[in-house]
Amino acid sequence: MDKISRRKFLSVSLAGAAAGAISVSGQAFGAGDFKGYPEGMGVLVDLTRCIGCRTCEAACNEEQGLPEPAKPFDDMSVFDEVHHGGQKRRTDENAYTVVNRYEQENGEPVYRKFQCNHCNEPACLTSCFVNAYTKTKEGAVIYNSKVCVGCRMCMTACPFYVPAYAYSSATNPVIRKCIFCYDTKLKNGEPPACVNACPQEALLFGHRKNLVKIAHERIRANPDRYVDHVYGETEAGGTSWMYLSGVPFEDVNFDMSLQKEPILANAQDFLGMVPMVLSIWPALFLGFNRLSTLGGEDEKKDSGPSENEGVQK
Amino acid sequence: MKLLKWITLILVVLAVSLPFSGQATDLDLPDVVILDKLVNLYESAEFDHEYHTEITDDCTICHHHTVGMPATDENCSRCHNTEIVPEKIACSNCHSVEPFSARYLSEKEAENNVYHIDKPGLKAAYHLNCLNCHFEMEGPTGCEDCHERTDKGNAFYRSGKYAPKGVEGGSTH
Repeated sequence: MDKISRRKFLSVSLAGAAAGAISVSGQAFGAGDFKGYPEGMGVLVDLTRCIGCRTCEAACNEEQGLPEPAKPFDDMSVFDEVHHGGQKRRTDENAYTVVNRYEQENGEPVYRKFQCNHCNEPACLTSCFVNAYTKTKEGAVIYNSKVCVGCRMCMTACPFYVPAYAYSSATNPVIRKCIFCYDTKLKNGEPPACVNACPQEALLFGHRKNLVKIAHERIRANPDRYVDHVYGETEAGGTSWMYLSGVPFEDVNFDMSLQKEPILANAQDFLGMVPMVLSIWPALFLGFNRLSTLGGEDEKKDSGPSENEGVQK
Repeated sequence: MKLLKWITLILVVLAVSLPFSGQATDLDLPDVVILDKLVNLYESAEFDHEYHTEITDDCTICHHHTVGMPATDENCSRCHNTEIVPEKIACSNCHSVEPFSARYLSEKEAENNVYHIDKPGLKAAYHLNCLNCHFEMEGPTGCEDCHERTDKGNAFYRSGKYAPKGVEGGSTH
């Protein structure tokens, strides 16, 4: 091995450093920078207004052409159903939204509508390697079943456990979830079917930015009525569907331990290092290798004893 | 005979005037209001306005600050503390039938009116105003207590003759 010249050493290490700097500067956006499209719509769900009439479920069923339910939509015995492991009802392939009843200590039940929250930086979208999900500029997170491969990573990624899988179909299983009535309503600037149907306007439709203001104004004007928190304003990077409640959110089965950063943030820092590592480390360790083997004598001394014995230098 | 005439006169005057002594104002208050602007899944609701004026002497409970009485809610009385009777008093004059249309939303946002920015639509105004009190005062709270369901409504809710016939199975977990 010849001695490496000073010029060559400097040029190699400079090239490696440049490659690393370029790959690092490519990371302009971190997770959590996206606060939603400016014209993004949203829905404010006011749990103090919901009376558990299930009209929203019926409207969703009609609008999305979902199959006939097991029970009529005005049958309130569904609130007493108990599923796997003591759970209440969940969304599934035939129901994009459900309303559940939560008994409180003072005897007055609280009803909660559960559906996809249409996050600003959805975990389902960022976990999908075939780009089956899209966050539209109207705010909806929609799904393209044509490219979906059925890996169900999105179901694991979603912090709210929303996407449901059509296990009943053997040949064409797809993910099913609320799509904010994008195809039939939101694209045309209209609110989703559930919002129109609610008799108490527990669901308020509008631009997400305005809904945040309205939510805080409601809390300010009625401090005894609401818990001072708008769920979904910052949780998991912010969601388009936000909640106001009169009882503590954990009593209505909300996850209060959710991070403020989008779920993507847990993986982004690590994954963002990969291009930098792949470009810098070969150059760096090559440099180390060259440095450590400067001069032919060192290399010959390091090699095995028997074969090179007696070879004249 | 003259005494009898006088007694008759007095009795007639009383008979004609007493029924109207309950009226506090000289406004033309409707006795029954038919609420039919939102008929779709349910039929119209027959609202007994006279009964409700009898059980409460405070018009602002339902009519906010729009009938000449100053508002009692302190959030409203900051601005609306004069006694002006506007021309339009019905709920539907201020509460829109379609509060989520794009046009209404853009009007609302352009107005930038902090206190009225949260004005509910007509359907919600009826239900929120009426049901809150009915729950408290133990009035009618069931859907059909106030308005019957139409046939379209029964189909919508998959209820009555449209109820699912013992559908078992499926993948509902």
